[in-house]
Amino acid sequence: MSANVAAAAKAAPSSDETPAISVKDLRKCFGDHEVLKGISLEAHKGDVISILGSSGSGKSTMLRCINLLETPDSGEVRVDGELIKMKRSRDGHQMPADIRQVERIRANLAMVFQSFNLWSHMTVLENLVAAPTHVLKRPRAECLEQAEALLKRVGIWERRNYYPPHMSGGQQQRAAIARALAMNPKVMLFDEPTSALDPELVGEVLRVMRSLAEEGRTMLVVTHEMGFARDVSSKVMFLHKGEVDSAGEPKEMFARPPTPQFKQFIANFNK
Amino acid sequence: MEFLNDLKDQVSTAYELLAAGWGVQLLWGIGWTLAVTVVSMLIGAVLGSLVAAAKLSHRSGLRFIGESYTTVFRGEPELLIIYLFYYGGTQVLTGVARSTGSIGSADILNMPSFLGGVLAVGIISGAYQAEVFRGSFLAIHRGELEAARAYGMSAWLRFRLVIMPQVLRLAVPGLGNVWQLTIKDSALISVTGVAELMLTANKAARSTHHSLLFYTLAGILYLVMTSISTPIFDKAERYTSRSFTRPK
Repeated sequence: MSANVAAAAKAAPSSDETPAISVKDLRKCFGDHEVLKGISLEAHKGDVISILGSSGSGKSTMLRCINLLETPDSGEVRVDGELIKMKRSRDGHQMPADIRQVERIRANLAMVFQSFNLWSHMTVLENLVAAPTHVLKRPRAECLEQAEALLKRVGIWERRNYYPPHMSGGQQQRAAIARALAMNPKVMLFDEPTSALDPELVGEVLRVMRSLAEEGRTMLVVTHEMGFARDVSSKVMFLHKGEVDSAGEPKEMFARPPTPQFKQFIANFNK
Repeated sequence: MEFLNDLKDQVSTAYELLAAGWGVQLLWGIGWTLAVTVVSMLIGAVLGSLVAAAKLSHRSGLRFIGESYTTVFRGEPELLIIYLFYYGGTQVLTGVARSTGSIGSADILNMPSFLGGVLAVGIISGAYQAEVFRGSFLAIHRGELEAARAYGMSAWLRFRLVIMPQVLRLAVPGLGNVWQLTIKDSALISVTGVAELMLTANKAARSTHHSLLFYTLAGILYLVMTSISTPIFDKAERYTSRSFTRPK
């Protein structure tokens, strides 16, 4: 219920506000297969956008194009109004023009991965301070203090000196979310954060994500969790075969699916 | 009874020979063997990591160079490489020195035997280490490298914080093997005149005519060196892989 309040409390962004993320006409091919066929998206500060779609719809690729883990073939990505500069390589492929700019922007877009991807040779605490101290060059003592507070918040402070392989999936993913928060990111990108978890561990991760949404974090969430999409997010976007099939306010979308594809998609989930 | 007396004689002869100075010589031999091995391992570590990086490169030219290196230096007999570096090196040095007039036209500038030896053994060791490093890099979970990129780490930071510690961790068992190979290869550079254990044992055997004694002794000393290194590497492995093995 608190999520509903939070969603309702979010003021509609004014039109002149610079979007936190703005993606225009994103295209991407893997070989002959066109995965993204011109996708556009805008996320304002405080938006929680759930990106839904069946596997192969391009939703993960889209997310990975935003922080340039995949290089889009064309289209533009702006973060906080700043355009990520691209250039053409000699073989005609698009590539980042300024890798320093990409690195700086990535530090503002903390990503949470499906398979956690914590650095396995570092303890949880080290995982949380590595990027803030080395990438953001913040003082170590301050980072440690923040890291401990974040671990308390996600409920795994007792495990701060554990190595990731010694923890459960749910604990690892909560550590990964804390690692993302330690960057004080402008936007958080979640790439199917609960898909690799045993069903009984999904809840603990979703609870943390819900609390982040409630405090007004800007989040793009690629997910299969229909409950999260419907109850927590401020907007739902449904991708189908590399295109935005439909998008809108979650309650409305789920109550009256605007397209046959989306209707079919949620029907498959309710089976 | 006669056999026991014989053995007693043997032991006392051995003791006399060792006390007469061969013992100290053999200890020096061990010292030089370890020096050759350590320096060769270090040369090999530098070359090995460069070659591994070349083999993992996106550029086909670099890959070709890396592949050729490991194919050649693992595929040729070690002794041939050592001769090539020592005598070939001497020929090249002499040629250069003669043409610049630093030595007379009949003089010879020898390749320094230690340098020639460790270069040759180091290059061979590097070929094996390259394979170890390459395998270790490939064993790193790809997602961890991706996370490092996603958190804004530069190529250097990714190397220093994520790649190098993990490659070292994964490489320890393989490096233990290369260390043993390199100790054994170090015996071959006795041909260049470095007074390491093999050459010393050879000298002792020839000048005292106690071949059985000195070669057996040298054999035992090599075995001691290679077997002492095993528990050391095991310990290093336990330490570096603690994030996977040590349950809290």
